[in-house]
Amino acid sequence: MNKIKTIFKGKFLFIFGPFFLLWLLRYIVPNYTISSKTPHWAYIPPKSCLGGCGSIDGFIPFVDWTNALIQFLRKYEIFGLFTFRDFTRGIANYVDKFLDFTEAVLHKGFPSYEIGPLPWIFIITLTVILGFYLRGWRLALLGGTCFAYLILFSKRGIWELSMKSLAAISVSAPLAALIGLCLGILAVKRKKFANFLWPMLNILQSLPHFSYLILVVIFVGIGTKAGVIATVIFAFPPMARLTILGLQNISQEIKEAGVMAGCTKWQMLFKVEIPAARSPIMLGINQVIMQCLAMIVIAAFIGQPGLGHDLLIRLQGLRLGEAFEIGVAVVLIAITLDRYSQALALKEPERREGNFVKRNPYLCATFFAIIICSILVFLFPFFNEYPKELTVSASVYLDNAIKSFTRSLFVPLGIFRDWMLIYFLMPLKAVFQSMPWTGVILFVGAIGWKLGKMRLALTVMLFVFFIASSGYWVRAMITLYMVFASLVICALIGIPLGIWASKKESRTKLVLNICDIFQTFPSFIYLLPAIMLFQISDVSAIFAIVIYSSIPMIRYTVFGLRNVPQQIIEASITSGCTERQLLWKVKMPLAFPEIILGANQTLMFALFMVMIAGFIGTVDLSQEIFRALSFSDGGKGLIIGLCVAFIGLTADRLLVEWSNQMKKKLGFIN
Amino acid sequence: MDDQIKISCSNIWKLYGENPEKFLKENNNNPSTEQLKSNKYIPAVRDASIDVKTGEILVIMGLSGSGKSTLLRCMSKLIQPTDGQVFFEGKDLLKATDKELIEIRRHKMGMVFQHFALLPHRTVLQNVAFPLEVQGIEPIKREDRAKEVIKLVGLEGREKYYPRELSGGQQQRVGLARSLAVEPDVWFLDEPFSALDPLIRKEMQNEFLRLQNMLKKTIVFITHDFDEAIRLADRIAIMYEGLIVQVGTPEELITKPATDYVAEFTKDIPRSKLLNAESVMNNEDKKLYDNTVNCKEKIEKIASKVLKSEGSYSVIDENKKVIGSLSKKEIIKALFAEDKNE
Repeated sequence: MNKIKTIFKGKFLFIFGPFFLLWLLRYIVPNYTISSKTPHWAYIPPKSCLGGCGSIDGFIPFVDWTNALIQFLRKYEIFGLFTFRDFTRGIANYVDKFLDFTEAVLHKGFPSYEIGPLPWIFIITLTVILGFYLRGWRLALLGGTCFAYLILFSKRGIWELSMKSLAAISVSAPLAALIGLCLGILAVKRKKFANFLWPMLNILQSLPHFSYLILVVIFVGIGTKAGVIATVIFAFPPMARLTILGLQNISQEIKEAGVMAGCTKWQMLFKVEIPAARSPIMLGINQVIMQCLAMIVIAAFIGQPGLGHDLLIRLQGLRLGEAFEIGVAVVLIAITLDRYSQALALKEPERREGNFVKRNPYLCATFFAIIICSILVFLFPFFNEYPKELTVSASVYLDNAIKSFTRSLFVPLGIFRDWMLIYFLMPLKAVFQSMPWTGVILFVGAIGWKLGKMRLALTVMLFVFFIASSGYWVRAMITLYMVFASLVICALIGIPLGIWASKKESRTKLVLNICDIFQTFPSFIYLLPAIMLFQISDVSAIFAIVIYSSIPMIRYTVFGLRNVPQQIIEASITSGCTERQLLWKVKMPLAFPEIILGANQTLMFALFMVMIAGFIGTVDLSQEIFRALSFSDGGKGLIIGLCVAFIGLTADRLLVEWSNQMKKKLGFIN
Repeated sequence: MDDQIKISCSNIWKLYGENPEKFLKENNNNPSTEQLKSNKYIPAVRDASIDVKTGEILVIMGLSGSGKSTLLRCMSKLIQPTDGQVFFEGKDLLKATDKELIEIRRHKMGMVFQHFALLPHRTVLQNVAFPLEVQGIEPIKREDRAKEVIKLVGLEGREKYYPRELSGGQQQRVGLARSLAVEPDVWFLDEPFSALDPLIRKEMQNEFLRLQNMLKKTIVFITHDFDEAIRLADRIAIMYEGLIVQVGTPEELITKPATDYVAEFTKDIPRSKLLNAESVMNNEDKKLYDNTVNCKEKIEKIASKVLKSEGSYSVIDENKKVIGSLSKKEIIKALFAEDKNE
């Protein structure tokens, strides 16, 4: 009895009250259900898209407004000289100049000078030497293996495709890094700019890729350069973020040392601050490269040739064996680039004394390697162009293997799939679809208010209101249902796995390493096993989402549990805790704020993956984005993108604030 | 030269809070502790006035949060004080332009930091040459000078090392060398030895005294360690909650503590190491006894012989003039003075 009393006294009623009221309304107000043609306004926002919708207004016509703005920008003439679109296309042409160069070096050659592209032997040798220089033989081996695979398996042209992708990355990555660095520096130096940049970065990073692809098509066109520009837009935010963090975290004393030495502002920046923050900045470069790789498949949607393009075609044709071969290539390149750039970030300058060769061993090695390779290429055509006869392809065998594998598992997997659909996914979907929008707004507002921030409450309520008023409420709730279902499964997998992994040092290492590898896979890769196992259904989409987004759940759980202060653990053991008590009474409560952050990250990852899963035919917001993409409907794409971003930002704001407040209570932060 | 004033601070205030300038003005430039607290202002430095004389070692002492580092940073204008004036060689630092400040820092000031603040991507040589590099001195010249200073602090042969390859003590030697590279007039040291092991700390203090004997800089030295303060200081300023409580020589602080707080600080100091004959002698008794001691002699050195002998000792100054006497009574009083309250 007492328990019930406290529940009603506490926040329970307060938070769930709005829902309860609206639930009651169903019985009072007629036609208050989704099935009726004109659902009650408080239930489904008016003018909403209910089924598949071509174009929809919403009760606030954001899409029309955005399209009008885009039209205006297309026609608007800057200084009466050229239109905005000419301006963006002009920039794109500059990008094209760089692209011409990298493409020529890697796969086209310079026909006007009768020079071919860089022979494969050069690329492998230089990669190996760089690997040795950055960390040692293991890294060199990884790099060597990667390119060896590319050349060996290039029966269907994997080498050329890889070189095309690398040519695009070698333009987009430096460009994105440079833009991110400059914006980051500017934000640190100018407070006002930071206030503007930070929310921009938040939105940019939570916008699904596809929503601005359309804008890139409108303002730049299609092809490699458009892909590069889309990639840059997608890849610069983490660089800017890490630059800001890096510069802000320089110890006060080092800055003071710079001032006391009499540095001018520029000297401070280039001689003290940037070098002192070089590790986070390098990590930013690593992030940029990974984002660029993640984009190679997505940029293929707007006609960027390369590995991504071919992977996409094979996925669409369900030629899984060939897709798998290309997938391996993408993963190998991703892991190689990731490890190389990480090694670069962690590289400390080394002291070498002695003569020139001793001081610069790698420079000399490179020099000799170039000479030897040149001679080899000159003497043997084998080293110039790898003969097609010697390439292999395992795709036929893979196809057969995949077929027999799925055939043998067809029945049990089918049963599992149907069971999931009927007993878990469908009911959950029904719950989400029966949520009234007004109730959801009040709900997030109540949580925000409960967390003690009026501003927070208003912000998240505004986010939800935007989604409701834009006309995509029903679709958004399907997206939310998929994300939530994945989140639940991720937590069920990730938390126990995290607990298991945190028990021993060796397990932690193993699990974190696996997480690292999985995280480097470009997201499209996860669709491969999903389609293989579950054909095309919500289950396969959720399967792909779960594999991709369990990673942060596991990571944060491990991190939270392992970071419980040693003295507290010792104190609990001496108090006589059993292993189980230690876990549930001490470690879990202390790790809980981190686990919440993990859930938040998982949610972000899931939102990302949901959008990509739209490719295999889900009926949520992602389907609408794909439709917008095929109709080049920029306004619609952007508004749906913002809907997705706002789902993410709402959850992010609330969860991060909650986690922070718990950390404060526990005294972990001030 | 001796009494020439190098840096003069008067009525320095540094408050943290919403609008400290306005708040200070509204309270006649002298808000009370209660006023500060009720308006949620955190006082780092309160009404501090102090002069640093040319060639002296001034130690600013206080516990953490007492405002000593903030005061130091106001002197070098790393921090802009809320109110007050700082004169450096007669020049108003707070009114100096950025350009003038850069010039002053490049040529007249050197600073050593608690956590060394070495640039991790530069070798020892490059770190030490850094202040010269930013002045635009050509590479060969600045490296020669840097090598000289590295030799001075005893790190010869380590020029090509990176900071992470050095021990804490060695890193701080690099910090000392860097601050000395430009031959500054004033040397600021902000708890330079606090992050070091006790043994290394002692060694570095000796090193510091050796350098100062050679270089004769004007020094402002921050520490929270009273032992360190009396070992190194010509004068000590004690700070408490942003206020300068007392400024004086080590002897003055022990014999005439201005407040209970200072007395509490000086209580545990082995007085015999610090007090000399002059400061504990009987001023009235100016008879010439058989045995004499020099007035500058530390009690530590003379206590046992006075205690062993039956009679009194005369205390004489440099001119052999008798200025007082010492008997067992004075020595015992000096050694166990803290017991007098009990």
